Amino acid sequence: MIVASAGTSPFVLPGAVMDGLQVVLLVLVAVLATAVVLTRAPVRQVIVLSSYGLMLALLFLAFQAPDVTLSELTVGAVALPVLLMLALAKVRGQGRERRRDR
Amino acid sequence: MQILPFVVVVWIFAVGLYGVVTSRHLMHLIMCLIVVQSSTYVLLLGVGYRRGAVAPYFSDIPARTPAVDPVVQALALTDVVVEAAVTALLLALAIQAHKRFGTLDPHELVELSG
Amino acid sequence: MTARTRTRVFLAAMAGLAAFYVWGLTGLPGFGSYPGPYGYILDHVAVLQTNATGVVSAINFSYRGIDTLGEEFILFIAATGVSTVLRHLRGEREESAGAAALRAEGPAPSDATRQATVLFVGPVMVMGWFLGSHAQTSPSGGFQGGVILATAFILIYLAGQFLAFRRLSPVPLTDAVGAVGAGGFAVIGLAAVAQGLPYLYNFLPLGSVPGAVSSSGTIALISFFVGVEVAAAFVLIVSELLEQTLLVEAER
Repeated sequence: MIVASAGTSPFVLPGAVMDGLQVVLLVLVAVLATAVVLTRAPVRQVIVLSSYGLMLALLFLAFQAPDVTLSELTVGAVALPVLLMLALAKVRGQGRERRRDR
Repeated sequence: MQILPFVVVVWIFAVGLYGVVTSRHLMHLIMCLIVVQSSTYVLLLGVGYRRGAVAPYFSDIPARTPAVDPVVQALALTDVVVEAAVTALLLALAIQAHKRFGTLDPHELVELSG
Repeated sequence: MTARTRTRVFLAAMAGLAAFYVWGLTGLPGFGSYPGPYGYILDHVAVLQTNATGVVSAINFSYRGIDTLGEEFILFIAATGVSTVLRHLRGEREESAGAAALRAEGPAPSDATRQATVLFVGPVMVMGWFLGSHAQTSPSGGFQGGVILATAFILIYLAGQFLAFRRLSPVPLTDAVGAVGAGGFAVIGLAAVAQGLPYLYNFLPLGSVPGAVSSSGTIALISFFVGVEVAAAFVLIVSELLEQTLLVEAER
């Protein structure tokens, strides 16, 4: 027999507070996306991308999606910047070699 | 508030695409591509949201509480992790392009054919 | 096509997209008023049918299992693609990891970095394992747990121990573990077919308490295999990139 889960009522923020939070986070996400694109130096852009991933994770949390928050936090703020930094290090190392050879 | 999430989605998409079109460095291009992909996550979650609802996890709340749509969350969840691996493939291609042609400028790479 | 022309074409295309978008937005039900039936159906039915209180993971691994299988294979193929693209080209030589560690060029990580990262390796691994095995109870699952497990290996490299990272995750072993993860998922589906049920049917006993770790049948098992595979894929990708950066260089 399947037992129903405990009957505590869920904690829901009042509607206006939730709306305001979502509006603020949406605007911040839009501003950070513009900042990511407008940063032209790749190494600096990686850091801005990491903070963009963090802001996206907060937005997903405000959209009541904790699973997607976890995914975006681990991938967008940690794993992707690590991969990007490794590739950038490789490319810079090669560039330095070429200049040394010439 | 009725349409703000969808306006933000198309803004992120357009801004990322502008970065891809006017990019002078392959790594910058790949990061702008990541931004374009992230607009789809916001769209998916914005479509499934229900005002006044909670996250669809019923381990400590009664099973009939109004919850947001779980299907779009499942889609976005696998999406995020898989796109990271595909971005890694793009990075590998960029590294090999740099080895072969010595430059990471998309404009110069186009002229190197033939 | 010059850069100016490209920008002009882009702006024209964006104007067209904006026009269509505004037209589409006028007929939209508005943010927060969710009309569709699937959300309601799944929220009401999933806990009873699968004994899993995490409805998103139940959808990922049971209701929508074959889609997740496809996505997992995309991940697997992308990791294989990185290994293939970064293969040895003519005119390159690779030194062994031991020789590179002896050469040790570049600044060593500071003591603070080393201590902090080494301290965190154990807890991060436990966290990844915890998340990967609790898919059916709370916001967690194989995908997140796998990425966090891979992060633990990256921490070992960040502590300045590239040699230890190489020894702990040699490429053949990582390949084999990733293959076990990807194949395990497919085999669980085939085990259902062997009993005359549809592919990926939830045929294991569902347990009695919804949301316990041992309940929900195949969901927990599939989540474990997915976690193993995602971790192996990411460790493989990072290992390939590190090898390129630190060991491979063009022959002079």
